[in-house]
Amino acid sequence: MRCLLSFFVCVWQNMPAPIRLRELIRTIRTARTQAEEREMIQKECAAIRSSFREEDNTYRCRNVAKLLYMHMLGYPAHFGQLECLKLIASQKFTDKRIGYLGAMLLLDERQDVHLLMTNCIKNDLNHSTQYVQGLALCTLGCMGSSEMCRDLAGEVEKLLKTSNSYLRKKAALCAVHVIRKVPELMEMFLPATKNLLSEKNHGVLHTSVVLLTEMCERSPDMLAHFRKLVPQLVRILKNLIMSGYSPEHDVSGISDPFLQVRILRLLRILGKGDDDSSEAMNDILAQVATNTETSKNVGNAILYETVLTIMDIKSESGLRVLAINILGRFLLNNDKNIRYVALTSLLKTVQTDHNAVQRHRSTIVDCLKDLDVSIKRRAMELSFALVNGNNIRGMMKELLYFLDSCDPEFKADCASGVFLAAEKYAPSKRWHIDTIMRVLTTAGSYVRDDSVPNLIQLITNSVEMHAYTVQRLYKALLDDISQQPLVQVASWCIGEYGDLLISGQCEEEEPIQVTEDEVLDVLEGLLVSNLSSPVTRGYSLTAIMKLSTRFSSVNRIKKVVSIYGSSIDVELQQRAVEYNALFKKYDHMRPALLERMPIMEKTASNGPTEIVQTNGEAEPSVVEPKHLPPVGQPASQGNDLLDLLGGNDVPVIPTTMPTKPASAGGELLDLLGDLSLGGPAPAPPAPASQPPFLLDGLSSQPLFNDIAAAGIPPMTAYNKNGLKIDFTFERANPNPNVAVITIHASNSTEADMTDFVFQAAVPKTFQLQLLSPSSNVVPALNQGTVTQVIRVLNQQKQQLRMRIKLTYIHKGSAVQDLAEVNNFPPQSWQ
Amino acid sequence: MQFMLLFSRQGKLRLQKWYVPLSDKEKKKITRELVQTVLARKPKMCSFLEWRDLKIVYKRYASLYFCCAIEDQDNELITLEIIHRYVELLDKYFGSVCELDIIFNFEKAYFILDEFLLGGEAQETSKKNVLKAIEQADLLQEDTKVSFSPSFLMVWSRNAAEVRDSCGGSEQASWVKTAFLLLVSTERKFWITLNKDMLRKIKMQAPL
Repeated sequence: MRCLLSFFVCVWQNMPAPIRLRELIRTIRTARTQAEEREMIQKECAAIRSSFREEDNTYRCRNVAKLLYMHMLGYPAHFGQLECLKLIASQKFTDKRIGYLGAMLLLDERQDVHLLMTNCIKNDLNHSTQYVQGLALCTLGCMGSSEMCRDLAGEVEKLLKTSNSYLRKKAALCAVHVIRKVPELMEMFLPATKNLLSEKNHGVLHTSVVLLTEMCERSPDMLAHFRKLVPQLVRILKNLIMSGYSPEHDVSGISDPFLQVRILRLLRILGKGDDDSSEAMNDILAQVATNTETSKNVGNAILYETVLTIMDIKSESGLRVLAINILGRFLLNNDKNIRYVALTSLLKTVQTDHNAVQRHRSTIVDCLKDLDVSIKRRAMELSFALVNGNNIRGMMKELLYFLDSCDPEFKADCASGVFLAAEKYAPSKRWHIDTIMRVLTTAGSYVRDDSVPNLIQLITNSVEMHAYTVQRLYKALLDDISQQPLVQVASWCIGEYGDLLISGQCEEEEPIQVTEDEVLDVLEGLLVSNLSSPVTRGYSLTAIMKLSTRFSSVNRIKKVVSIYGSSIDVELQQRAVEYNALFKKYDHMRPALLERMPIMEKTASNGPTEIVQTNGEAEPSVVEPKHLPPVGQPASQGNDLLDLLGGNDVPVIPTTMPTKPASAGGELLDLLGDLSLGGPAPAPPAPASQPPFLLDGLSSQPLFNDIAAAGIPPMTAYNKNGLKIDFTFERANPNPNVAVITIHASNSTEADMTDFVFQAAVPKTFQLQLLSPSSNVVPALNQGTVTQVIRVLNQQKQQLRMRIKLTYIHKGSAVQDLAEVNNFPPQSWQ
Repeated sequence: MQFMLLFSRQGKLRLQKWYVPLSDKEKKKITRELVQTVLARKPKMCSFLEWRDLKIVYKRYASLYFCCAIEDQDNELITLEIIHRYVELLDKYFGSVCELDIIFNFEKAYFILDEFLLGGEAQETSKKNVLKAIEQADLLQEDTKVSFSPSFLMVWSRNAAEVRDSCGGSEQASWVKTAFLLLVSTERKFWITLNKDMLRKIKMQAPL
């Protein structure tokens, strides 16, 4: 018997056959190196190519199958495309099956070759064997291009009306694909949808619901038309949950969860914004919500969908509370996936059902302690969304505790969340200052750059807290000088309110007794400490300088300042030289210049809307004249300061002065110019209009914010893996079609990012010019930024879109990422 | 669903199904990126992640990761069930499926997937129906180049045991299959005597 069999084998394989697919796979898997594998595959590809050339029909199928395997391994297989078409045209089912599979894997609508398939598919859609028809439908539904869909929609529609459920379900999903590709063909399928829901077969029912969903989502007319189906859908759903065990569709005790979820989703679309439909589905939703077994994932999948539906339609308030309570129960579930979806959904509903979500606050806060980082992140976002005036103290306590213990990746977001919430709901100034200081002490290296000026502004504005604050900060400084932002704020405050510190007037805390020398010791300590960043040193030097009018030990201060006149840090040196000049040549001006800062108004970085008109291109009538001088000055001063301080990292953007504020700005310009050039001062300094950064703004960041934010709100274009890219905008005068975008890249990880390259591309209607970056190293722990200027010419004033590419080396490994930036503020391109 | 990827713990792609038109280059890039991201996640993390504007749902079964990209309005939990259903289908078809089954019979894995999902949506919610369709399509796939005379058949059916041995021992799938089919048609009883392993072997070995 054995030999008989082998005889037939010989007859069948009368020519040298190419090796079998499984044999090839086995061989390839023996390859030990990539090179070896590549060699094997090249050899096999050569054999396959020659076999293709010989138009060998017997083994074409086998060869294409082998190609598909190589394709999956990542090797090119495009030369098999035409062979797939030949296989599809073959009469043999095996050939067709592999041919269609190959077509789905190797072809897509980008290649015109795919159109050659249209006719074959058309024939196969009318084939006598349902499995051949099925293959054709599957291929069309997976990769059909719009041309193909137009040509074959009629066939699909015909099959949608057959009684054969195997074909009908496939035709329904094919119709979904056709509608996605060519929405105007939708009408064509309308008559066929009539009887779809009366079908008993679940496959057909499921796919029909998908089809109806697609039609409703795409067209309001269809939506209105299909609203009448709500009772029918409700009935189907009811039957599903009421019917007893049916082995065919049971998934751990639940009858056809796939169909249930789909129906619930369609109900959501039908009920949205429609009272009658919502009313009609109210009962069944309550029933599903209460009757679904929740011990397994399937049950929760249905409940989750039900909750989404309840939240989206016009449901009764009782039902909404039920839904939120389901989510609350989800939060206690052992399955992390379920906790995750609960938090995501609560986040979506927190705006509309704030109070209902508030009830689960403690559970949500507990999720901050979850082991899963995704859940932690969601819980953190949700916790911030739940903070309000009533619970701020309690919530902040939890969140500050979280900030203390969480992974570094959360710190930056958490810190800025705390800042925002504190700014919005702070019960008292004292609490506000305490909270921010707490953040700076626990997560100082992770806070955003603008938190330092923000805190300084806050402190300046709370006059009665000055003594308290400076004392607290001084103590903090004695404890720890490693948290740079804290040190900067502390230096600034000591410089500003040093006299209060010495006098020891403080009602709230036990006053401390310090001498002038002790204070100066601390500040000088900062200047020499290797923990201090250059920016911190700048703050510290300025603070020492300011103390020259508040303390009596002027000589010591003079000495310190003159020492740094030869510092190797250019910026520090320049600052010291200028202060020296102030001591020597302009000593009469010193007290006035170093006077205490006035109470600051909200600056640009907090409220761009308040100063939209600084660029001079807005209608002047909108700008009230009395606001003009203070509004105009920050921009101009900022610019001058950039020049004055050498703007080490800052590409200076030429801003032409707006006509109206020119006089005020001009004066200041002269004034500062005089300072360094040595001419007599034409007017006394006007501290009242000085921005907070006049003397303290050594760091390029706040300076820059001041200019750039004027008019167009800044945006974050990218924030991933610790790399954050912010865009600030400036409309270049005189050509308003040019948007000047400055990127600020900062790095919150603990390692520097080197070889940093930022590239950008815009659609063809724009022109883009990328100026050179300030540096190619993004320093770790947010200790500085890389800035780069992009000029975009937008003649047609179209919405700005940009694709950015980032490459850098982080901890020794090269990182590359692409991102799309679409959310440009409209002012940047209009 | 926009696409589905199967890859091993070593990051080797085992199956890819794209329901959106993308260039080969993009597909490769996405695959590389996702494989990296998913493999880097710790086991105690949840099965979802946000990636670009999509939601990625993944689950690990033994050495294989099943990874689906779904859109914003899709239900993550039911997607896990869809993945699970696909695994069950593979398991039923191959008989306690393992990664090797999918490597060596990747085309079968695709056929099963195409019988379960179409255009990224589930087309059949009954396991039985999917398997039935696959099995019947498999039967259509046999090669009928060799035919037997009825007398020859008679000999065979009389020596049932011997035929069964040759079926089981032969490496020639089409042969096994042909013989098998003929046996089935002549001797119903024989269907039962063929053991399960052999059935699997027959299924696996198409004339590729």
